[in-house]
Amino acid sequence: MESTIVKAVDYNAYFGDNHVVKNVNIEIPRNNTIAVMGPSGCGKTTFLRGINRMHELIPGATAKGKILLNNEDVLEMHPIFVRLKIGMVFQRPNPFPNLSIYDNVIAGYKLNGIKLPKAEKDKIVEHSLTRVALWNEVKDSLTKKGSFLSGGQQQRLCIARAVAMEPEVLLFDEPTSALDPISTSTVEELFHELKKNYTLIIVTHNMQQAARCSDKTAFFYMGELVEYGETKQMFTNPADIRTQNYITGRFS
Amino acid sequence: MKDTVDNDLITRPDANSGRVIKSKKDPEAVSTTKRLKRSHRQIKAENIFRRTLTVVGWATVVLVAGIFVTLVLQSILSIKTSGFGYLWGKTWDPVRDIFGVYPFLLGTLLTSFLALFISIPFSFAVAIFLGEYFPKGWVPNLLKNTVELIAAVPSVIYGFWGLAVLVPIVRSFESKIGAEPIGLGIFTSSLILAVMIIPYAASLGRSMIQMVPSNLKEAAYSLGATRWEVIRSVILPYTRSGLFAGIMLSLGRALGETMAVTMVIGNTSLIPKSIFSPGNTMASVIANEFTEADHPVYLSALIELGLVLFVVTVVINMIGKQLIKGVTTN
Amino acid sequence: MSVHVKYRIGKSRVFQGLTILLSVACVVPLLFILVYIIQAGITKINWHFLTNLPKPVGESGGGIANALLGSIIIIALASVIAIPFGILCGIYLSENKKSKLAYWSRLCVDILQGVPSIVIGIVAYFWLVKPTGSFSALSGSVALAIMMLPIVVRSTEETLLLLPDSLKEAAYALGMPFHRVILKVILPCGISGILSGVMLSIARITGETAPLLFTAFGNPYLSTNILKPMQSLPLLIFNYATSPYNDWHDLAWGASCILLIWVLTLNIITKLITRKWKVQL
Repeated sequence: MESTIVKAVDYNAYFGDNHVVKNVNIEIPRNNTIAVMGPSGCGKTTFLRGINRMHELIPGATAKGKILLNNEDVLEMHPIFVRLKIGMVFQRPNPFPNLSIYDNVIAGYKLNGIKLPKAEKDKIVEHSLTRVALWNEVKDSLTKKGSFLSGGQQQRLCIARAVAMEPEVLLFDEPTSALDPISTSTVEELFHELKKNYTLIIVTHNMQQAARCSDKTAFFYMGELVEYGETKQMFTNPADIRTQNYITGRFS
Repeated sequence: MKDTVDNDLITRPDANSGRVIKSKKDPEAVSTTKRLKRSHRQIKAENIFRRTLTVVGWATVVLVAGIFVTLVLQSILSIKTSGFGYLWGKTWDPVRDIFGVYPFLLGTLLTSFLALFISIPFSFAVAIFLGEYFPKGWVPNLLKNTVELIAAVPSVIYGFWGLAVLVPIVRSFESKIGAEPIGLGIFTSSLILAVMIIPYAASLGRSMIQMVPSNLKEAAYSLGATRWEVIRSVILPYTRSGLFAGIMLSLGRALGETMAVTMVIGNTSLIPKSIFSPGNTMASVIANEFTEADHPVYLSALIELGLVLFVVTVVINMIGKQLIKGVTTN
Repeated sequence: MSVHVKYRIGKSRVFQGLTILLSVACVVPLLFILVYIIQAGITKINWHFLTNLPKPVGESGGGIANALLGSIIIIALASVIAIPFGILCGIYLSENKKSKLAYWSRLCVDILQGVPSIVIGIVAYFWLVKPTGSFSALSGSVALAIMMLPIVVRSTEETLLLLPDSLKEAAYALGMPFHRVILKVILPCGISGILSGVMLSIARITGETAPLLFTAFGNPYLSTNILKPMQSLPLLIFNYATSPYNDWHDLAWGASCILLIWVLTLNIITKLITRKWKVQL
């Protein structure tokens, strides 16, 4: 029996009067990879950003309903605590351009003003970079600026930055859409490794990626959660006609 | 259209591909408690910071309102004593408590508009030169940087230069054309003001001219227009309101300019008879007489002058800025 | 037909020539002004000039130590007031683009930029000189700080608006509180733009004379008390340039030259920063 880590109950998100996410109910089991897909503008990214309360950073954005993390409503918690427990990786790699690779990995500690002994910092950096299979590539150039790395390496650096905070859930917002195919496959391989320690929620509009990497898939359409289930089941035998239309390429 | 998914495309990478290095044991979770404890303090600091920002936002509003209110409060005495006669009165005689600022209004308008008149052909030429004829290359780059540096020279230095160099030149010019050879006066001030305005107006104009979309210009060229025709029938109409805004902002500068004018205008409260006579502007009267104002009505009259200057320059600047905003957002 | 085309081309050439002629005709004399001031002043500058007080009328020699020190103190004090305030205000404006207060605040900053410097001098007189009963360097600094403010606010706001949102999102996603996102991530990334705004504002107030006439007032002696009148370079130039004594004119030329070099250096450094970091101001 898998335990539920994130659960959305009647979750609604708005931009001003624009209702972008409509009544979403979903249960996400621990140590799983969940793919969230759908045509662009379907509210999948908004839903993802709602989970760690990044949504409300946009002026005029509001949310209703509940998102439970370990049975605690994140909408009632202070966003800082939420974001410490739910990490996020963005569409474009966004390492801090003014920090070195080393400092980028421990940015969550350093920039939050948490002082750690050097030995512990070193351990966190090595551990996190190893997790994202970047340690061997950058261990001799840790003092260089993060922006010197290639796109794929930058993205893995951003994942390492999120992993270093030891969150419970990692959110990925189309993490490979700005990367070349080889970097994409490296990042996809990471998902299999990372899910042993974290729960991954990945927004993607690449169906093949969803099929390759996820245990469960959620399909959003026009702000609604149309279908949610085992990935294999969904791709071979979708229940909803809209899902079927999407995976066979009848939309967009 | 196929109805089923091509299963061959759905592949899972080999779990033992070896690219991913297996994770070691997690580092001890000491830092988690530390982090959470810290966060409570952070939330407090965050709220303080947000509040500080709002206070600072308010402070700018309060500052400007404070400036206006201070000027109004301090002018009340003069407004009560002189009434509307203040603006049209032709005599300024502090000893007899007669305060009419017409000579200074006239002096200000004469110097500013004369300066504008002198500077416009030059600043337009530089703006077109840099914006259209030679937008790139090291000569125009040098010219552009020089113009911007000249704009940074403090006005008191221009005043001193005017006093030392320009005044004797104007004096000999005046004696040649038969005017009273004083050297100091409206004309000299206008020249100095023009020198100060040109760099400012030219860089504003250059940025406006460079905003003209090149497809518009190309359309005109493709119809066989010459360069001058493109400038006259495409660039000038397109940048009209921007250039006008530049003129307004330059006028705002000229009206409020104090030091250089004070040093070369001759400082007399009489109505100027010609552009070669000495005079005073609103700003120069304040600069000269403020510390000498020995009784309350006198001081208040000077402050009312400051109030008039404030209102006029603010209105002119706002018109200029709105026009520029309109140009840049389109 | 071809005559007409030739006429049009000729007209275009004439206009181009006229433009070049006018540009040269105004820039060259402007350059001569700079050269003239530096020539007139550079010979007066030496160690003695920088470290001595002005001599009374009739004695030659003397220096501008009091004005130099005064200018540095007054500007430093103005910077201490205006820079933090201006940067915070710039942050507020870039973080709250659409709020009502931001609209009014932005309007007020715009107004402030156009207020004639002499008017700010009057206001500083009523706010600080009259209540304390004495002209003071502090009141001069406050007046200059008000003049600096719009430039610092504007450059901060413009720079921060240029930074990509992804930077801020990355920081928020790590659980960073708002103030740390701004102070530790956003400000360091935009530091070059803000810095050039700050330098530009310092360059601008260095030459300001009008607001100091009724605030710092001037002082022929060396003074470091910020609650008492203090001399500054532009004040010294104004007072000595308008005096009838040649010795004093010499002092004023030397001071003008120093002021000019100071202002131009700041402007050139700003230009280099903006070029190196490709900041737009």
